[in-house]
Amino acid sequence: MSKANNKNVLFKAIGITALMTVFAFAMVPLYNVFCEITGINGKVVVSEALYDEVETDTNRTVTIEFITSINRGMPWEFKSTINKIDVHPGELKEVMFYARNYSQKTITGQAVPSVAPGQASFYLNKTECFCFDQQTLKPGEEIKMPMKFYIDPELPEHLHTVTMSYVLFNATSKGSDSVAAN
Amino acid sequence: MSLLKKVMSGLVLFVSMIMGSLWAAEPEYSTLNLRPGVTDNSQLVYDLHMEVVVIMFAVAALVFAAILFAVIRFRKSKNPNPAKFSHSTTLEIIWTVVPMLILIYLTKPAISLLLDMEDTSKADMTVQVTGIQWKWKYKYLDSDIEFISSLSTPAEQYNDYERNAAEKGENYLLEVDNEVVLPIGKKIRFLITADDVIHSWWVPDFAVKMDAIPGFVNETWAKINEPGIYRGVCAELCGRLHGFMPIVVRAVPQAEYDQWVEKKLAEKAEAERLAAEAAARSWSMEDLMAQGKEVYEAKCAVCHQSNGEGLGTFPALKGSKVATVDSADDHARLVILGLNAMPKFGEELSDADLAAVVTYERNAWGNDTGDTVQPGRIAELKAGK
Amino acid sequence: MAHDHHPTGLSRWLFTTNHKDIGTMYLWFSFIMFLIGGLMALGIRLELFQPGLQFWDPNFFNTLTTMHGLIMVFGAVMPAFVGLANWLIPMQIGAPDMALPRMNNWSFWILPFAFGLLLSSLFMEGGAPNFGWTFYAPLSTKFGPPSTDFFIFGVHLMGISSIMGAINVIVTVFNMRAPGMTLMKMPMFVWTWVITAFLLIMVMPVLAGAVTMMLTDRHFGTSFFDAAGGGDPVMFQHIFWFFGHPEVYIMILPAFGIASHIIPAFSRKPLFGYSSMVYATASIAFLSFIVWAHHMFTVGMPVAGELYFMIATMIIAVPTGVKIFNWVATMWRGSLTFETPMLFALAFVVLFTLGGVSGVMLAMTPVDKQYHDTYFVVAHFHYVLFPGAIFGTIAAVYYWLPKWTGNMYSEFWGKIHFWFSIIAVNLTFFPMHFSGLAGMQRRVPDYNMMFEGFNQMSSIGAFMLGFGQIIFLGVLIHCIKGGKGKATDKVWEGAEGLEFTHLPSPAPYHSFEQSPEVK
Repeated sequence: MSKANNKNVLFKAIGITALMTVFAFAMVPLYNVFCEITGINGKVVVSEALYDEVETDTNRTVTIEFITSINRGMPWEFKSTINKIDVHPGELKEVMFYARNYSQKTITGQAVPSVAPGQASFYLNKTECFCFDQQTLKPGEEIKMPMKFYIDPELPEHLHTVTMSYVLFNATSKGSDSVAAN
Repeated sequence: MSLLKKVMSGLVLFVSMIMGSLWAAEPEYSTLNLRPGVTDNSQLVYDLHMEVVVIMFAVAALVFAAILFAVIRFRKSKNPNPAKFSHSTTLEIIWTVVPMLILIYLTKPAISLLLDMEDTSKADMTVQVTGIQWKWKYKYLDSDIEFISSLSTPAEQYNDYERNAAEKGENYLLEVDNEVVLPIGKKIRFLITADDVIHSWWVPDFAVKMDAIPGFVNETWAKINEPGIYRGVCAELCGRLHGFMPIVVRAVPQAEYDQWVEKKLAEKAEAERLAAEAAARSWSMEDLMAQGKEVYEAKCAVCHQSNGEGLGTFPALKGSKVATVDSADDHARLVILGLNAMPKFGEELSDADLAAVVTYERNAWGNDTGDTVQPGRIAELKAGK
Repeated sequence: MAHDHHPTGLSRWLFTTNHKDIGTMYLWFSFIMFLIGGLMALGIRLELFQPGLQFWDPNFFNTLTTMHGLIMVFGAVMPAFVGLANWLIPMQIGAPDMALPRMNNWSFWILPFAFGLLLSSLFMEGGAPNFGWTFYAPLSTKFGPPSTDFFIFGVHLMGISSIMGAINVIVTVFNMRAPGMTLMKMPMFVWTWVITAFLLIMVMPVLAGAVTMMLTDRHFGTSFFDAAGGGDPVMFQHIFWFFGHPEVYIMILPAFGIASHIIPAFSRKPLFGYSSMVYATASIAFLSFIVWAHHMFTVGMPVAGELYFMIATMIIAVPTGVKIFNWVATMWRGSLTFETPMLFALAFVVLFTLGGVSGVMLAMTPVDKQYHDTYFVVAHFHYVLFPGAIFGTIAAVYYWLPKWTGNMYSEFWGKIHFWFSIIAVNLTFFPMHFSGLAGMQRRVPDYNMMFEGFNQMSSIGAFMLGFGQIIFLGVLIHCIKGGKGKATDKVWEGAEGLEFTHLPSPAPYHSFEQSPEVK
């Protein structure tokens, strides 16, 4: 019942609380790491992969589908030039995406990728992608953007179709949104 | 018999009645139980469900029987001298191990079923489903068909605040304007995503429930065995009209499906032609206002309200900056492109409807800007001119 | 501290550091919140009595479900348990008071402010929170009403209050036990509470983190939960349920402890398997940290994750089963009587078992995908919470009320309260199993006619249940004002524990001036 003893336990308990507070925020990077490892949610690794001349598995064909959508309030046209493509695992392919700013303002866009099934994101390697950085287009300007990728031949046997989805967001600045909202 | 005993035995009776009614329930259309549904997996889900129900109620019944027995046999009047024991290692081991075995037994079929449910490979066709506050957008990736499907139950049927609601139809709140038509006997892959908040696409007859998450794509699948109309709902709270965004799937034989695709494509071409025609001619203020009111009531009033005064977080349009101060072009752009909670009506409404509704919003409820917006101007705005 | 003098009137309550005064305030606060949350539930049931929208706009209906959940979880159940802990733990471990009496005072007085903030949002422009008590992003971030910020601040405050309460319990239990009371001699209520306290200090900071991220997402340009900025709305659910699942056990473990006191007392027989009860409680608490994603089987997790969370969740049934079997074994060959506390404790065991079996059903991923977000889930968690947490609390109040007030409550009216409640609780929540299985989703103000019958039963049951709690209020006031005469020191023939064997009724203002000897 001594005061010193109370303080001892009290500080330990506060210590646990503080640690858990840190943990709560640490869950954000942990979650991202976890997603990258397990492919939860098809969160894609947003970094360049190197194409290291992997062996192409010509006996297997995987269909890659492309889906694009545009977030609200984003005055751009945005689409892939093809809807789907057949590839052999290990083969490096390039797909072009088209974007056009049809507004009267200069606008910066950011495409956010996602892959279904999530498991496939682990075997999808992009050596070049417009989604790695932002695009800024002047009024009326249009652009063709390449995306180069290859499928790791280790891709599990049961996967035959992989869908790559891109959502285009307006990344100009958060301030300009609220003006239009009023 | 004391009151307690009566109620205890009543409880047992209650449980057995419920188990009885689960069996008695019509397998096709039950308001008591899960549906066996119309896919192989929905049948397996139903079987597994029934198995768990039986085992779990058996376990519960055993526990209740033991309690009932204790309550009757070991009451103070019957057993004035309590025993003193307070543990039994054998018993405790038994009731740790036996439940474990039961659980292991249940896990086995669950695992194989789950693996099958998650296997979306080798699909025959793909439909992209997008949840939007409070409607669903369907895009057939293999046949260039795209449409929005929303509740078709008229507001007169559900608005009963004055106790004067119209008589409700059989499929009240479970009917839509554009049904999703799908072929039977084909493995259909659904790519599910959302535009604003999280929704969940649920069709009980397919045992398919998948969250639609903005910015991400989820996939699931169904292979429908029987033609018919299957109804589902949004299963994740998504805002005000969460309870008002049903799903209706009409499953038809392949030939009929092919006809439907052709019809849809023809309709689309026709709609484009009509839209071009409408855009080409000049509309009078009266025409725009009349058409605009109709569109507004159907599409806009759920949030902004018929009187244009908004509701809660949904802003008022009456006297608002957008509808009176801003230029008609800016106003139209906002309707076309959407922003935050405002959907992109550019992909849902024709140019004429867009022009009409913008005109209506700028002139109704005393906004009186006198502006008219022509469909041709909408087409120009969409093209960035 | 050694004399029985204390201030009276308002300042007694405002500045009190006495564990009994604070316990009393917690209990009354929780009862008031219970009634407010209950009124909201009646608002929900009123709208759901028949198809069509008769009373509320759908948005206000969502507000009702949200506020009902938040108030019941954070305002009714949790403070009720803290109140019981305040009253009982010092008496049960032979201590004069809680270890940190001033912190005790703060932890209570934060609560009225927290809930004042939360409830004031009902009167704000744009309405109160309407995104469900689980406040999933982005519905609560990008799409939430302006009052969401008040909600966030309210959650922070109640989190701080819970953490302080929990720390107080931990310090008290570790430092203030009477000589001879080893850990494995502690009463079950103390055991369950100290485990609950550890859960609280581990998960309330996570909840605080989640709402803080919401706040920065809303106002400071971060995108933790927004795909546009590289965030992920599903991550919100992971963080929320990492808090949320242990939270579920925070709301039930103390009730386990209560049942473990009452059932032996009225069976006149010691608790069966004390040590396995302790281990079962600890393992349930441990498991609660590794099963959270079973609330999210439809978000599109990889199949390996779904399998893991299914199996881990099913394992929880084992220690939970052990507890139920132990209670039954406690009654076995005992000498049972059925006073009100025993009736509520029995109902707790029976109905909690029902909630448990539907829990096992929900754990199985392939079928959960059908049950998820339907009324079946609503039925499940109300079976765990109402007959579980709330009946547990009510049983505790009846059991210890004579010790607290020195007066016997009216057994007749207590039993009326019981029968009213048990019939109503089943009438309210049992039909929800069926409407859920048949396809009625959660959190909707309107439904197809095929669900009408079950919803009407639920609505009638809910109003009965609400009325039943008015009887409870009457019994409480009657007992405090003198009740059915003086209670004996031991109160119940089979009562065990220091509070019954070593303290008079009513218990003195400072429980144990001198530590009792525990053999």
